[in-house]
Amino acid sequence: MKVVHYWRAMWGIIGRELLRYVKQRERFIAALVRPLVWLFVFAAGFRSALGIAIAPPYDTYILYEVYITPGLIGMIQLFNGMQSSLSMVYDREMGSMRILLVSPLPRWFLLMSKLLAGVAVSILQVAVFLGIAWFYDIRAPWQGYLWVIPALILSGLMLGALGLLLSSFIKQLENFAGVMNFVIFPMFFMSTALYPLWKLKESSELLYTLAKYNPFSQAVELIRFALYQQFNQEALIFTLVSFLIFISLAILGYNPSKGMMKRKGKM
Amino acid sequence: MNKIALQVENISFSYSGKLALDSVSFEVKNGDCAFLLGPNGAGKSTLFSLITRLYDYRQGKISICGFDVKKQTTKALAKLGVVFQQPTLDLDLSVMQNLRYHTALHGISRKKARKRIQEELERFNMYERRFEKIRQLNGGHRRRVEIARALLHKPSLLLLDEPTVGLDVPSRKSIVEHVHQLVAERDLAVLWASHLIDEIYSSDNLVILHQGKIKANGSIEKVLNLTQTTAIHEAFQRLTQSGAIA
Repeated sequence: MKVVHYWRAMWGIIGRELLRYVKQRERFIAALVRPLVWLFVFAAGFRSALGIAIAPPYDTYILYEVYITPGLIGMIQLFNGMQSSLSMVYDREMGSMRILLVSPLPRWFLLMSKLLAGVAVSILQVAVFLGIAWFYDIRAPWQGYLWVIPALILSGLMLGALGLLLSSFIKQLENFAGVMNFVIFPMFFMSTALYPLWKLKESSELLYTLAKYNPFSQAVELIRFALYQQFNQEALIFTLVSFLIFISLAILGYNPSKGMMKRKGKM
Repeated sequence: MNKIALQVENISFSYSGKLALDSVSFEVKNGDCAFLLGPNGAGKSTLFSLITRLYDYRQGKISICGFDVKKQTTKALAKLGVVFQQPTLDLDLSVMQNLRYHTALHGISRKKARKRIQEELERFNMYERRFEKIRQLNGGHRRRVEIARALLHKPSLLLLDEPTVGLDVPSRKSIVEHVHQLVAERDLAVLWASHLIDEIYSSDNLVILHQGKIKANGSIEKVLNLTQTTAIHEAFQRLTQSGAIA
């Protein structure tokens, strides 16, 4: 199999996903409205209620809006990862997933390309979100906007792989509502996206432990540090290992002879 | 002698303990159009899913142009074009964008893709509509685009899973004629699952599947002789009644 075949197929999959995203204007707007409402309404309301002490990567007192911004970037990627998995369930029900899976390439490669396509879409969303935040005076050092790109790729891959894994379990589109309740909300609220760990520790030791080991927290911290040109090794390792676990299980899930497809006789 | 494009050998498959296919064996040669006939639930779609490796099989062997579907999956799939029963086009994208996506998945360069897309669409008189969204096309035109797409990478074997279901008579006729023309011109092998006996030409072969078993397989003449009937629908009825010829 030629490398150029892989290359063309990967760009074909990424291109299709970006094209679909741009054509679905409602999806584009919805993906932006959600974090912006949190930023402009929720964060503004909580500004006075929550004092944020100086803690790395920040070297001064910060506004709550500044603290919450990396968490909202994580939120964009979390929703996007789940949205991609929703579209996989939809594609599978509608049949277009079959066209992908019967193409002459290894299944792991097709799934990885699909995952990268989702990451590309999420980075596009994050770029627009950060642009709007910049006009709202929430600004990171300009180098931070470059530092954050590799962090976004890794966090996007990890959250996308989680979505992919979930999609291999979900038989029907209707079951996706459960993902919202049992995956997205717990992951988001039990994380460092909205409040720092030390604040959580003050209220509950259990909540603190759950938030600390939540892969979403680690992805948010990776983004937060990168945005201020700092490297958080613990968050990097944690996010990378989570990605490898999720993607391995997802590939297994989509393997016709080993995974869930065999068990369900589905696809 | 024509080469064998599809060889199914002793395939059995079951869903949660229920046997869907039982020791199924047959072959389709290049230049043959074989109609896979069977009542609902006979196992036709299951067989298609096994040939395309959407399902995995444990017993038996399927080869496409000599490549084992299980062991040489990518080589086997490269020789295969499929039109699934369910529509598989992206409704929000144009005809061209849908076809380009397929050529990318098959590693075809943009230049070559442009040429092949033009050839296939012109054959169906669809080239002028290449920039229209799929959503704007009627069912018959969508099916034509799907068949054109399945042929873009020049497969040796074309699988058609009830592609004319829900289409009006002129659209059906046009698709049937077109596929038979392809078989003659390109030496293509076709396996066509259908309920519609009027789609079959006298030169076609038949594979009759009932309750997961092959009841008859071969030329129309051979099947009519086996069942001692004079028409395909009579032969089909006789073979798919309980206690039919095994």
